[in-house]
Amino acid sequence: MTTTTATDLPKAAAPAGRPATRSRRPRGLGRHVFLALVSVGWLIPLAWALFTSLRSYSDTAEHGYLSWPHGLSFDNFSTAFDQSGMPHFFWNSLLITVPAVLLTLLFASAVAFFVSRFDFRFNIALLMLFTAGNLLPAQVIITPLYKLYLQLPLPSFLSGSGYFYDSAFGVITIHVAYQCGFCVFVLSNYMRTIPREISEAALVDGAPVWRQYFQIILPLCRPAFAALATLESIWIYNDFFWSLILMETGDKRPVTSALAGLSGEYFTNPNLIAAGALLTCIPTLLIYLVLQRHFVGGLTIGASKT
Amino acid sequence: MALTADVTGKNAKAAAPRRRPRTRVLSVGDKLFLAVLIGVPLLALLAFVWLPALASVGISFTQWDGIGLSSIHWVGLQNYKNIFTNYPPFWPAVEHNVIWMVFTALVPTPAGIFLAYQLDRKIRFSRVYQMAIFLPVVLSTAVVGFIWEIVYDPDHGLLNSVLGTNNPSGKHYIDWLGDPHLNLWAVLVASAWRHTGYVMILYLAGLKSVDPSLREAAAIDGANGRQTFLRVIVPAMKPINVTIIVVTVMESLRAFDMVYVLSGNNGSKQGLELLSLLITNNTVGESPRPGYGSALATVLLVVSLAAIVTFLVQNFRKERQA
Amino acid sequence: MSRGPITDRRTLLRGAIGGAGLLLASPALAACGKSNASSSGSGGGGSQVTFGSDGSDPTPRKAYGALTSAYTAASGMQVRTNTLDHNTFAQQITAYLQGTPEDVVTWFAGYRMQFFAQKNLLHPIDDVWAQIGGGFSDAAKKLSLGLDGKAYFVPLYNYPWGVFYRKSLFAAKGYQPAADWDSFVALCAQMKKDGLSPLAAGFGGGDSWTNLGTFDYLNLRINGYDFHMQLMGGKAAWSDPRLNAVMDHWRQLSPYLEAGASGRKWQDAAQSVFDKKSGMTVTGLFMGQAITDESLRDDMDFFAFPAIDPTHGQDAVEAPTDGFVLSAKAKHVDAGKKMLEWIGTSAAETVYAGVDPSNVGASTKADTSKYNALQQKSAQMIASAKYITQFGDRDSDPGFISAVVEPGFAQWLASPDDGASTLKKIESQRSQYFTS
Repeated sequence: MTTTTATDLPKAAAPAGRPATRSRRPRGLGRHVFLALVSVGWLIPLAWALFTSLRSYSDTAEHGYLSWPHGLSFDNFSTAFDQSGMPHFFWNSLLITVPAVLLTLLFASAVAFFVSRFDFRFNIALLMLFTAGNLLPAQVIITPLYKLYLQLPLPSFLSGSGYFYDSAFGVITIHVAYQCGFCVFVLSNYMRTIPREISEAALVDGAPVWRQYFQIILPLCRPAFAALATLESIWIYNDFFWSLILMETGDKRPVTSALAGLSGEYFTNPNLIAAGALLTCIPTLLIYLVLQRHFVGGLTIGASKT
Repeated sequence: MALTADVTGKNAKAAAPRRRPRTRVLSVGDKLFLAVLIGVPLLALLAFVWLPALASVGISFTQWDGIGLSSIHWVGLQNYKNIFTNYPPFWPAVEHNVIWMVFTALVPTPAGIFLAYQLDRKIRFSRVYQMAIFLPVVLSTAVVGFIWEIVYDPDHGLLNSVLGTNNPSGKHYIDWLGDPHLNLWAVLVASAWRHTGYVMILYLAGLKSVDPSLREAAAIDGANGRQTFLRVIVPAMKPINVTIIVVTVMESLRAFDMVYVLSGNNGSKQGLELLSLLITNNTVGESPRPGYGSALATVLLVVSLAAIVTFLVQNFRKERQA
Repeated sequence: MSRGPITDRRTLLRGAIGGAGLLLASPALAACGKSNASSSGSGGGGSQVTFGSDGSDPTPRKAYGALTSAYTAASGMQVRTNTLDHNTFAQQITAYLQGTPEDVVTWFAGYRMQFFAQKNLLHPIDDVWAQIGGGFSDAAKKLSLGLDGKAYFVPLYNYPWGVFYRKSLFAAKGYQPAADWDSFVALCAQMKKDGLSPLAAGFGGGDSWTNLGTFDYLNLRINGYDFHMQLMGGKAAWSDPRLNAVMDHWRQLSPYLEAGASGRKWQDAAQSVFDKKSGMTVTGLFMGQAITDESLRDDMDFFAFPAIDPTHGQDAVEAPTDGFVLSAKAKHVDAGKKMLEWIGTSAAETVYAGVDPSNVGASTKADTSKYNALQQKSAQMIASAKYITQFGDRDSDPGFISAVVEPGFAQWLASPDDGASTLKKIESQRSQYFTS
């Protein structure tokens, strides 16, 4: 209601010296103090994990965990990294994340292209099916999926186990099936903002659909792709549940779910668990810090419609 | 199958009454191209998401030991009867899921909105603050569990060390994750740590997309900050609000990883029962009961679908009208 | 019209997915510097056998590593090991055996093995027993049989449960091992007075099975072996009034349990005894696996769980047996049997015990000359027992125990009041598991 009245108002230039500016300084300072405190508070758990991981177990056992450190070192990190074979688990994560992200984007963009460009009867239904699928809690489907994975054979070049179960391929499949929904939702919203005339002009010229798709639509969606690729990489890398349930070979697991198993080995030693957990975070933190803009963009691109 | 075949069929019909230049009849190559790129994800979605979801409902009426298909037999509503009347963890799990949802809606969500509102001004260091508060969102929920385990550990954790309550034979000894009256709240704090940043970023993006002239107009109208916020910004933020509600509700129903890790890599700890964990425990487990697990899953499915359908109808109604 | 695209779509689907598949088919680089190569190999290969292990803690991991290398040295067979977290392994065993199990798999004797044998998930190994049978007692042989009378299991070692403590602490404080209930409770009270946690306990996370040790012993001491086995086999009711006495005795101990036990792992509880923060703990000899400082080993000792009813005295010992099974879906059945034959020799046990001295070899020919004091005492205790039980979760339906009984006990220990309601709750769910 208020929005309409607000827009009806004549746009007067704001008066130069508003009284509000006078009280701005102390208020601004208060806000900075508040925000700084919140930010520091927010970093405490991570800082504590870092502090714990940099200390030797003997030091903490002797002096307690909340004590002045007697020497900080990266020993726990190197131990966690070498002993548990972490490089291998990182490699597993990479083998799952990269194909899953690429396939998700490929398929999702095609579906989004389809629902936003063609007037077929099922558009809305299709979009709903994909979006709803993405929103279902994974646990709802796990029981039958698990049985299905144990039954479905795969050729041996795709899966060492001979089944969808316990294979990277199986985990990638479920990621793609699941994550397509979100990407379709975002991309279809995004593609709607591209003027139809662009592709329709091409159609009239007789360009085949695939050329429209590859040469016109995809380049235009580059920002959305960048955002989604960042977001999905982090999500799929962070996945814990699928690889926990759908893989039983410890050696095939990606680093996030391997960590749960590794923590059994580091019993009585929170220092190593902290180091292992932080090591696991590094790739996502790097992606986030480098591609921050895209990540945040991805989260919001689908939500805020223009 | 039939769906895709139909979709690629000739009966292309304008769904919207709006006048648009009609698309041409597609060539065979086009159809093939669309069929593959749409068919594959659709097949995957139907086979690995929707088929299992339906199968969950089917299996929930059976008793089965999960080994081979011969041992499966129909028991009607027996599983549901057992769950509702004779399965001690069930009602606590429902209660905890509800608490989770209410807590998430009442604490981290408003906190995130509040922080977004604070950061929305062009203040210095805004980027730094955002980064700090948003950091937990990019971490894996399982890893968040590990990090908080180190905070809550009763013997060597940060919290007990600071409070001096880390001596088991001492008078005050707080077992944050073991005490069934405490542990849910401890986990909720960890979850809020993550959720707040998530809401904050979503909301910030929404605020940025609000037309600045609206605010100026309200300011000229003599509206103070709070009034502007409530009367101008909140309505303009409707799409974001819907998203945040969906995220809040679904995250509460999905909560799993963090609790799994914080209950010691196995999903059964008194005080931390959640539907998602009970389902998993009945699916995998030394003598699994898929029928039972599926009945629990069906309960969760019904609740989730109610939320999802509400959201979708909200979201797509406009498009139908378009 | 629609038929064409569908078949086409299938082939194209395979093509599209194949692209990703090629990426995956490149064998993972197993540059771990460990013996467990990645299991993405093909089947076949006559000179190898795969081994699925739940020895995820450092000591058993090393010990199994020594075992497999010794086997490779002895036979020229390559052994590929897949190690899974101990608790997760037990949880997922059903899926594991149905899915893509390794050939030779670590597992437990008793009902817990028979259950899977009955479901045709294990491979009978009577021919292996024909070779190794001479080295085992009748009791060990009986433990290895399924309900159908075929052999399915090769024992490696067992270990007794008892009350463990540090000798130096007992000597310093003048404590004496307790042989009967009253003196045991008195000892706990004395320790509490001295500022110790009398009974270390850690049943957090996946370790809620550790409570069963106390329960089993209480039941064995109060009601005897026969009733205990009936209860475990689902033939006696959990609401049986005889169990009330068990809960009453357990309640007497509850004030002496280390605080925060529900949030701690068993290893942390063991650590608390090593650190002399706790006086004793009811656990198994495997406690020694948590020892990081070797000098501690000689300072550890244990005594049998105290007698309660003189009729039963201390006639039963809880001594779980661990060993190996051959999965029904094994890819290298013959190689697996060969490995089991070798494991069934006392030489293999010696290799294992060389790394992990917290067990007693199951073979009658086991080399006891290298046994430390604890092992000798354990072997003696097991040998002199009138009855040997496996353990709560091995003598009974593991699903029932882990989904109903363990949480029930954990919950009860949080506020140990009237045990009857806990027992009633357990009983009400029994029929869901013991249907036959």
